[in-house]
Amino acid sequence: MKVAVCVNRVPDTETKVKIGADGKTIDKTGVNYILNPYDEFAVEEALRVKEKFGGEVIVISLGGSENVEVIRKALAMGADKGILLKDDSQRDTFSIAKALAEVLKEISPDITFFGKQSIDYDDQAMPSLVGELLGIPSITVVVKLEINEDGTVIAEREIEGGREKVRGKLPIIIGAQRGLNEPRYPSLKGIMAAKSKPVEEREAPKFENKTEVIEMLLPPPKKPGRILGTDASAVPELVRLLREEAKVI
Amino acid sequence: MLIGTKFKGVDFYNTDDLLTDDEKMVRDTIREWVDEKVIPIIEKHYMEGTFPMHLIPEMAELGIFGATLPEKYGCANLNNVAYGLIMQELERGDSGIRSFASVQSALVMYPIYEFGSEEQKNYWLPKLARGEKIGCFGLTEPDFGSNPGGLRTKAEYKNGGFVLNGTKMWITNGTIADVAVVWAKLDGVIRGFLVEKGTPGFEAPEMKGKHSLRASVTSELVFQDCWIPEENILPKAVGLKAALMCLTQARYGIAWGAVGAAMACYETALEYAKTRIQFDKPIASFQLVQEKLVYMLTEITKAQLLCIQLGRLKDQGKANYVQVSLAKRNNVYHALEIARLARDILGANGILNEYPVMRHMNNLESVKTYEGTHDIHTLIIGEYITGFSAFT
Repeated sequence: MKVAVCVNRVPDTETKVKIGADGKTIDKTGVNYILNPYDEFAVEEALRVKEKFGGEVIVISLGGSENVEVIRKALAMGADKGILLKDDSQRDTFSIAKALAEVLKEISPDITFFGKQSIDYDDQAMPSLVGELLGIPSITVVVKLEINEDGTVIAEREIEGGREKVRGKLPIIIGAQRGLNEPRYPSLKGIMAAKSKPVEEREAPKFENKTEVIEMLLPPPKKPGRILGTDASAVPELVRLLREEAKVI
Repeated sequence: MLIGTKFKGVDFYNTDDLLTDDEKMVRDTIREWVDEKVIPIIEKHYMEGTFPMHLIPEMAELGIFGATLPEKYGCANLNNVAYGLIMQELERGDSGIRSFASVQSALVMYPIYEFGSEEQKNYWLPKLARGEKIGCFGLTEPDFGSNPGGLRTKAEYKNGGFVLNGTKMWITNGTIADVAVVWAKLDGVIRGFLVEKGTPGFEAPEMKGKHSLRASVTSELVFQDCWIPEENILPKAVGLKAALMCLTQARYGIAWGAVGAAMACYETALEYAKTRIQFDKPIASFQLVQEKLVYMLTEITKAQLLCIQLGRLKDQGKANYVQVSLAKRNNVYHALEIARLARDILGANGILNEYPVMRHMNNLESVKTYEGTHDIHTLIIGEYITGFSAFT
């Protein structure tokens, strides 16, 4: 089974985001970058598919040369080889999807994993977009996956208030949601082995952006809390405000 | 740092730039594991005085045990800097966790690798690496701590093997160990032996009542006419020097470990000082508190640089035991001072197990005097620089 995983390098979840001088990008100074957390589920599932069916896991990432860090992490976890699609320019979701689709078409994996979203721009569009561009099925927000010998795929995906079970067929694209698995830690031996695994570097295919970021805005500062009182006499007013103002009860 | 939140590291001098990508990945992997698996459970184990046994297979899976040894024994073949970073992160969790890994790696796997026969290496190293077997190291005796050369445990040749008699004390992992690396005098010469759990005449009762290293097993090893087969002697472990070579390995790991404990205390104190309000402002705004925090950061930064350079020297085969003594002595001393100052800054909150500082402080009291006391390391360095031994 040929398995591909597309991974992204994103600011650490605990980053305090500051907007850069151009007003359109974030200020990268002091920002720690990590493998997108949802991509960890994708890598883990890809490794499990390989462990069950044999084959290889190819890790693909589009971005600057620093994206090799997240490729190395996936290789340390057990993936076999990496492809870095080099591009330092600012791309929108569509032009990234086009580039990934072009490369995936060439590799033609049986199954391709994505995280269901990148925690940087939060579009949640990539698995579906790439699937559409390739003309193959995509199932995303997947929390359980079953691949049968005959090539049918049964995936459980999270929907509002519950789950739905979806059937598809290989080749397919899967968007991984938290809960799909428990990602392994890279072992120290894996980290050492990753150093000698191949990472191919090529120019990312160029496509035009369809949208453009005009401005980035921070959320408005939180309003300070209100103290209604310190004893039971404040309860009626609290209840009234929760009902009429906050409308939560 | 509140329990369970993610550790970002203390790196005032961009020492990360001195590390390779794979060294950083090793560090970050262990850091994440410690945040997720050690910190949430360690206070409970510390209070109850138990070692978290369930972490042993996880540490083995990560490849922590004997991490610098070759792949052919099932090890990761890391360099000494990467190994040091592992020790740093483990001790940021707890000195007891780092002690477990130190003993298994530096005091059991290292002597078997360095002084053992090929059969002993092939049999023991993969099992110890996989955590299927646990080891301990028996050198110290009730009456011989700083002066190990005087040890009284005796080995005698008998019936195609050796008979051991004597008592060891303060042995980390003793009660839970499957194999003990035991140092005893054979015809007046210190030699290393492997004694397996369950050998008749060998008992390893746990020592209770510790106020320090409570999440670590400490034991006595008692040998009473304990017969072991001839093949259990470590052929190349001859003389006190062999035992001291093991200690140099362990002390190297401790020098790094102390930095981890210090970082945990500094982070906790800094966060606390910024949010604790007294006299209508954060206590971090007071000069006396700032002075303490600055001391902490300064000493952590110096200790980090000592460790990285010592590791690089060790990787080049240029580090000597005196340099290791200097790093162990300095880093543990300052880590303990940092823990005490952190406790000060936290005031009464500092004694609660809601914060890690009192636990680290109590642990570091042991770390300061084990593997060569602070004072003995002073004399090792003193002898080296003056040419005069002040030991006797």
